Amino acid sequence: MSQSPLIEVKNLKKYFTQKSSLFDRKPSPVKAVDDVTFTIEEGETFGLVGESGSGKSTIGKSLIRLHDISEGTIKYRGIDIHNKSKKEMRSLRTKMQFVFQDPFSSLNPRIRIGDALAEPLLDHGLVTKDRVRDKVKEVMEICGLPSYHIDKYPHEFSGGQRQRIGIARAMVMEPDFIVADEPVSALDVSIQAQIINLFKELQEKKNMTYLFISHDLSVVEHLCNKVGVLYLGSMMELTTRDKLYENPLHPYTKALLSAVPIPDPTKRRERIVLKGDIPNPANPPKGCKFHTRCPFTEDICLKVQPLFKEVEKGHYVACHLV
Amino acid sequence: MGRYILKRLAYLIPTLIGASILIFFLYSLVPGNFIDGDPNLTAERKAELYALYGFDQPTIVRYFIWMGNLLTGDLGFSLQFQRPVTEVLNNYIWSSFIVAFASLFLTWAIAVVVGVISATKQYSLYDAVITILVFAAMATPSFFLGLIVIKYFAVDLGWFPAGGMTTTGADYTGWEHVKDVLEHMILPVLVLTMLGIGGLTRYFRTNMLEVVKQDFVRTARAKGLKERVVIYKHALRNALLPAITLFSFELPALFSGAIITEQIFNWPGIGAIYMQAFTVRDYTLLMGFTMFIAVLTVISNLIADILYGLADPRVRVK
Repeated sequence: MSQSPLIEVKNLKKYFTQKSSLFDRKPSPVKAVDDVTFTIEEGETFGLVGESGSGKSTIGKSLIRLHDISEGTIKYRGIDIHNKSKKEMRSLRTKMQFVFQDPFSSLNPRIRIGDALAEPLLDHGLVTKDRVRDKVKEVMEICGLPSYHIDKYPHEFSGGQRQRIGIARAMVMEPDFIVADEPVSALDVSIQAQIINLFKELQEKKNMTYLFISHDLSVVEHLCNKVGVLYLGSMMELTTRDKLYENPLHPYTKALLSAVPIPDPTKRRERIVLKGDIPNPANPPKGCKFHTRCPFTEDICLKVQPLFKEVEKGHYVACHLV
Repeated sequence: MGRYILKRLAYLIPTLIGASILIFFLYSLVPGNFIDGDPNLTAERKAELYALYGFDQPTIVRYFIWMGNLLTGDLGFSLQFQRPVTEVLNNYIWSSFIVAFASLFLTWAIAVVVGVISATKQYSLYDAVITILVFAAMATPSFFLGLIVIKYFAVDLGWFPAGGMTTTGADYTGWEHVKDVLEHMILPVLVLTMLGIGGLTRYFRTNMLEVVKQDFVRTARAKGLKERVVIYKHALRNALLPAITLFSFELPALFSGAIITEQIFNWPGIGAIYMQAFTVRDYTLLMGFTMFIAVLTVISNLIADILYGLADPRVRVK
């Protein structure tokens, strides 16, 4: 733990400004990510969970600079990636890759998958032209795709196969960090298991580090060793997987966990049902952002935003009541 | 693919028969003809000419005669030129073709580049200026644009000839002749390009905007490819796909001439001839030419479908 972490996110903010109408006094920014801080150690799988609109994907994209950020710093091995020129960033991209949620639309329909996989290798000059086909086949095999598929087009594959292509595409440059943005949510449950196991295998073989974005807590439990819970762009709770699943402290985490089904019909869990929907991020509630839906709201929650504090070693929570 | 093409070719036959019926009867229903237009003819001479050209036959019979001739490649006899229609078309269509081809090439080349840049810099100053210019050019009537261009470039500046296809009285041959024609072409090509470029630029801009937002373009960026490669290889190739169809539709336009522009520049093209044939009611020429364009149109439709299948792997496999 003495060396610096692989990924260090500090006070990350990403505001999207809405185009205001002519008569608006001032445009109200949507605070998609509002002051989020965390680190990812090498070889770790960091799970990011939260409802739709909580800012999970925005954080993921910011981490490999698929868009710019508003404030804060993101460091990869101590390098501030949002401070690099476009050219320097391009070469950094070989080390940081992304697996997209939708395996159907994220592949160019007009390019054979062999060419799609070879393209970044040739473009970055990582492999020579005569070696590239072997390299692509090798990565395909590692990702569970028979190499005779190399000259097929994306539409000739099933959803699970396409997601394997998506993973192979990310792996081909031998990155050490991959952001996986809900990589299994578009797949059938049986296929989900295969893909999750593939992620695990690759991690063991290649010592990968993942940021795994998901809204499925059972997937996260299976795969991650550290978990961050997001709500309306803010981190609510952050700790190791074991602590989070055994001893959740934030009411939001408790509610999410209570909704995970137990694979045993005789056991019942007391469900905490949240009222209402996630509020509009352009106009988040004052005080604690969660107070509108929290079953334990007190006066202080309406007025003061809780600090993100370490309540026990390696367990951070933003709640007044903890 | 072979079977598909055969099937599509078979469909062409009823389409063309339908087109021939429409074309023939529309022109036959119009009262008057070439002979009636001449007030100096005696009734006797008129009847003679009617019999000579077959105008005394019932319309249905005339249709089948016309159709029979069509099948042998004979488009009829132009009364105005006193020559076969095919010969007249062959005489004038090529001068229209060179102008149309040059302007088509320029229009597409410029529209692709301008549209792509306009899309990648959406809402920028460049985008706004281009949009205004392109709409202004598109909205100006060709006769107005033509006259303005003649006024500035031919009369005031004297850079280019004001009209015609060759310099009057000059009898150039070989390379000199080519240069002379090129010089005369520039202004009509300029006008046609300005008129055509607007819609196409907007088309490419919209297409590109749509494709650039697709996930696979984001994937290409995540690969760390150069922005140029992302735009021109991944995005543009997909944006060009629907344009194949559009491009095939330009085939008839290459041969149909530009009626107004050719009149203004006194260009001896088929558009001008077409207009003239109307005023003297030379219906055989009109029918022959319209039928020719109809054939080109259905063929270009077929080509569009085949090309689309070749270009898109998703269509190809089926």
